[in-house]
Amino acid sequence: MTVTTRETSSESRKTGAASSRTRRRRLASWKAFLYVVPALAFSLTFLIVPTLQTAWYSLYDWNGLSAATWVGFSNYLDIFQDEQLRDSFLHVGTLVVFYSFVPIAIALLLTMVISRAHALRGMSFFRTVLFLPQVIASVVVATTWLSIYSPNGMLNTALRAIGLDSLTRVWLGDFTTALVSVGFVGTWLNVGLCLVLFLSGVGNVQPELFEAARLDGANSFQEFFGITLPALRGQIVVALTLTVVSSLKTFDLVYITTRGGPGNSTSVPAYEAYSRAFNSGQVGSAASVAVVLTLGILIITALIGRLQPKETE
Amino acid sequence: MKISIGEKLVTYLVLGIFAAIALIPLLGVVVTAVTPSGGSGGFHIPDTIDLGNFVEAWNRGHFANYLLSSVIVTITVVVVTTVLSVLAGFAFARLRFFGSNIVFFVILAGLLLPAEAFIIPLYYNLRSAHVTDTYWALILPQIAQSLAFGIFWMRNQFMSFPGEVIEAARLDGATDLRTLWQIVVPPSTPSIMTMCLLISMWTWNEFLIPLVMVSRDELRTAPLGLAFFQGQHATDYSLLAAAGIIIAAPIVVLYFFLQRRFISGMLGGISSR
Repeated sequence: MTVTTRETSSESRKTGAASSRTRRRRLASWKAFLYVVPALAFSLTFLIVPTLQTAWYSLYDWNGLSAATWVGFSNYLDIFQDEQLRDSFLHVGTLVVFYSFVPIAIALLLTMVISRAHALRGMSFFRTVLFLPQVIASVVVATTWLSIYSPNGMLNTALRAIGLDSLTRVWLGDFTTALVSVGFVGTWLNVGLCLVLFLSGVGNVQPELFEAARLDGANSFQEFFGITLPALRGQIVVALTLTVVSSLKTFDLVYITTRGGPGNSTSVPAYEAYSRAFNSGQVGSAASVAVVLTLGILIITALIGRLQPKETE
Repeated sequence: MKISIGEKLVTYLVLGIFAAIALIPLLGVVVTAVTPSGGSGGFHIPDTIDLGNFVEAWNRGHFANYLLSSVIVTITVVVVTTVLSVLAGFAFARLRFFGSNIVFFVILAGLLLPAEAFIIPLYYNLRSAHVTDTYWALILPQIAQSLAFGIFWMRNQFMSFPGEVIEAARLDGATDLRTLWQIVVPPSTPSIMTMCLLISMWTWNEFLIPLVMVSRDELRTAPLGLAFFQGQHATDYSLLAAAGIIIAAPIVVLYFFLQRRFISGMLGGISSR
């Protein structure tokens, strides 16, 4: 398509009559540019330029008020050397497991058992309920779990009711359980998302494939690894991207439930970047955390994207 | 395809268990919200249903004010983003212009960048322009973020629009702008509606941008208001639950009516990125 038009335009340039056509095309091109100028202006002013500035800020020591001092890459060295910062990046590793790996594993296992759920009555009800946590404001989700984990909250009350008093504790205030408790909220959030995604993917598989497999005497394991899992590759990539990125970006939940505490046990990079920039006057250090976090997200998104099958259905 | 009774039972059992896991925390919030506040404390099924918590949260928490802020910000962001996304999406899908690939890539970057990437300098930039602590500081950055998604969404929509129809309109002498509004937009309304729903939800639920950009109480949006309220009434879970329900309700109600659009939009929009 483009090749032919290019040929015609280069041919037409030779003839005199066509010079006005070229001019008209240039005018059209200029007019078309006007359609995207407002959007481009928004993007540059509020996203792109500030992102570049973040990289610039990260090379300075600045408290947000007085003059900044050039420190080169020392803010980045701090990320490895400062225990608080290093821990915040390590905590993300735990969160990825809870936000991404656990929900995807559970959802895949369930998909194996209920691979034909999409054909059942009432599926739209279940889909609505399973997906519901996704649309609730993260701040509301956070206050909900704050209340569930509280000393006399739903969790401890339930444990006492079944005689497990010894297990009750201040879940978010305990060094050993705080990070896992935050992570579990992510599992709760994402299991439904993954399940809805995988069930819809299985729904796209031709039923004849399953029937043929059954006629050949395949058991449900063989059916799952032979048909379902390969068919779900695209959905698994989407689920991985969504859940891993959301775990890396965890902020609202930590801000509301623990503020990084107790001690430093639930701090995450997004929270460190915020609190250093806007509470403790370490803007340069905050910017370096933001840069590393952003690069991490971009690289991981790109790596996961490479798993995407070429032909998506 | 026949599904055996046994398989049906197992399927319903599994779906039921996981639906319950999704619902129990949320039902807990509803129960807590109607439990009389300030009692012995602790989660329990109350003997009497007390709706007073909603009134109290509403009055003490200035939620009328927070909801108004959220409505102002959300509507402005959705309207501006929709108009600009339709224009730009159409240009990227159907018009050829110099540098369109680069411009598209720049705008697309907004989809990948987390808010942490730009929020720190953005705060200082807007502060020196005396824009922080105004609605604009909430609206403008969120338009920029939503545009990345909106343009991508509209471009995909318009690329699947039959090209012959557009060509026919052009041959009839319609300008591009006329073709867009009169020929292309009307049949694309369902897709535009889905986009509006998703952007409304993201804007309504946004927390970090309001947290950084405004400090005046009357500008706080609903989620920020809840966070602030939580800081003041840390352990009054009945009040907090009531306030949480007030804030989540508008989007949840929309979701129950239009769940198909929400789900297909969120999964489709993301998977096509």
